[in-house]
Amino acid sequence: MTAAPLPPTTPEALAAPGSKLELFTAFTSLSLQGFGGVLPVAQRELVERRRWLSKEQFVEMLAVSQVLPGPNVVNLALMFGDRCFGLRGAFAALAGMLLAPMLIVLALTALYGHYADNPVVTGALRGMGAVAAGLIISTGLKLLTTLKRNAMGLSICLGFGAATILATAWLRLPLVWVILGLGSLAIAVAWAKLRP
Amino acid sequence: MNSSPSDLLGLFAHFLVLSMLAVGGAITTVPDMHRFIVAEHHWLTDAQFTASIAIAQAAPGPNVLFVAVLGWNVAGALGALATMTGILIPSTALSLWATRWGSQRRDTRGVRAFTTGLTPLTLGLLLSTGWVLAEPYLRSADHRWGALALIAVTALVMLRTKLSPIWLVALGMVVGGLGWV
Repeated sequence: MTAAPLPPTTPEALAAPGSKLELFTAFTSLSLQGFGGVLPVAQRELVERRRWLSKEQFVEMLAVSQVLPGPNVVNLALMFGDRCFGLRGAFAALAGMLLAPMLIVLALTALYGHYADNPVVTGALRGMGAVAAGLIISTGLKLLTTLKRNAMGLSICLGFGAATILATAWLRLPLVWVILGLGSLAIAVAWAKLRP
Repeated sequence: MNSSPSDLLGLFAHFLVLSMLAVGGAITTVPDMHRFIVAEHHWLTDAQFTASIAIAQAAPGPNVLFVAVLGWNVAGALGALATMTGILIPSTALSLWATRWGSQRRDTRGVRAFTTGLTPLTLGLLLSTGWVLAEPYLRSADHRWGALALIAVTALVMLRTKLSPIWLVALGMVVGGLGWV
């Protein structure tokens, strides 16, 4: 192995959830704060507030959860729970993330029929939608600093990042092809750079 | 809709398959859900389908909950159960297996190349998702500047302060409800 910087696995500064119940309530609380996407809240809560994960660990888990099939943030909850308390932890985090919000969204579904044409409701939905976009963008920008530690070097990383944006936001290519094409290329480059 | 047990089973089976194809999140399989539920089986209209997704976006929780709303609108509580368990079981099993496999080998060159290589793509995808969400607002002349201002304020507050995102969502709700966006 070379001296290429590894993401720190267990820096002293990090904390850990004390119990499966704490895991459950933490994921319920972050899920309930997540309007238009839970990822920005998950980053803020797990990395910045509770310090259960370092920025690098968070990005690493996110990278893996994005290439696995299934909802990203759900995969992230599973992985984190599993890492803390094994299978029971995984299901505690998963249940925390899904149960309460599912009851709320189904209640809203029942209500929505009555207000679908109300301009205040559609305006409010639009405002929340714009904020959701801003939250995702700022999360992406914030995590960009982790690329400085990436073994491929900053400029290659920014190149792959830009190519991904181009392929998905502009060309609207199916994600599977982006991951298989650009992803394999990036992994090959990383493999070469990590040469022992 | 009056759903027969075989309809429910069909719904469940279809979402089982979609689960394995949902690389990049459940939202990437929306076109295929639309084909199955609206075009093929006529369980929902176009408008009902779109509204189902909008509601889930506006509610708290992971985006995947739109799958529960779709199931609910097709066949009530049992429908929600069928679609949610369908979309979750295969990917959950695979995720757990893959993480355990990977974390036992996290220091090997292969696994490190995998995460190192995919990190920039991950961040690109995040920014791209933000763009895809923002674009419809920015395209419409009525909402362009209001939405842009709201996105900029959100990004600035998130980068500069430790304020919880929920306050920004509340701000968006109020400003939007007043008709300023």
